[in-house]
Amino acid sequence: MTQLTDTPLADAPLTIAGRDFHSRLLVGTGKYKDFTETGAAIAQSGAEIVTFAVRRTNLGQDADAPNLLDAISPDRYTLLPNTAGCYSAKDAVRTCRLARELLDGHNLVKLEVLGDDHTLYPNVVETLKAAETLLADGFDVMVYTSDDPIVARELEAMGCCAIMPLGSLIGSGHGIQNPHNVRLIVEQSKVPVLVDAGIGTASDAAMAMELGCDGVLLNTAIAHAREPLRMANAMKLAVEAGRDAFLAGRMPRRQSADPSSPFAGRING
Amino acid sequence: MSIQIRLNGEPHTLSPGLTAADLVEQLGLSGRRIAVEINEEIVPRSQHADTRLVDGDHVEVVHAIGGG
Repeated sequence: MTQLTDTPLADAPLTIAGRDFHSRLLVGTGKYKDFTETGAAIAQSGAEIVTFAVRRTNLGQDADAPNLLDAISPDRYTLLPNTAGCYSAKDAVRTCRLARELLDGHNLVKLEVLGDDHTLYPNVVETLKAAETLLADGFDVMVYTSDDPIVARELEAMGCCAIMPLGSLIGSGHGIQNPHNVRLIVEQSKVPVLVDAGIGTASDAAMAMELGCDGVLLNTAIAHAREPLRMANAMKLAVEAGRDAFLAGRMPRRQSADPSSPFAGRING
Repeated sequence: MSIQIRLNGEPHTLSPGLTAADLVEQLGLSGRRIAVEINEEIVPRSQHADTRLVDGDHVEVVHAIGGG
């Protein structure tokens, strides 16, 4: 008999660059209606790591305008600067250095170097160059990349602290288009693997976790849901459910039916 | 007498002899969570008061915004 127990089902924390996290859902702060909605949705998601972007300050505008970092306090969340919008290694490195200055020396970054406006597909050549410079400069680099296992292996060998393959194009909501590649990356990696980009709904997030990913990073799926707070909750539950399903180990698939009720003792026997 | 810099990609005229800290104050951003880069090099907050701006400097002042 399986023992019933009152203790919660144990899971190891998600460890990234020596820091432990209990939530495996990472969320972005873009595309929300306002900072109030951003703060509420992120609180509801249970996320501990929250991404943001670095942009030129709007000069000449109200200097007392609300600031993202008032809604998403660096005391409460691990803030993850993202180099989204950078199309060259040089710009990505500059952005990371600006972010480190913004956050008083915090050195964990999400590196993302894009190839073009139409696909926002990662430019892996520039990504590899930027990773090399950032790692040499003391950054802990979580890297957004294609779902190519060979590129993922190179990035891990260089010293990136998390590999983040896309599920599908950024903001597309097309889910995980190549689960087999994601699985290959999970199986070969010793650092955490997180699906980043493409998650559209809760089942996509659960699928990422069932594939054995260590976490999921998403933004638009919550921000552009009809009810962002409810979707934030759905994503939290989906990541937890997918993680438990992965740890539990799914039943084998069968070609034929297998009754759940015993055959013996039927009244028509 | 004045100097010309580029500030966040736009031409900007300043009195000579000002420091990065003076510029941040003129912009109403003192005490705000920003980062400053001059000619593609970070100027740490602790050095704003000691960093004099000169004609032709390219200055970037950035902050955190929502993003994925």
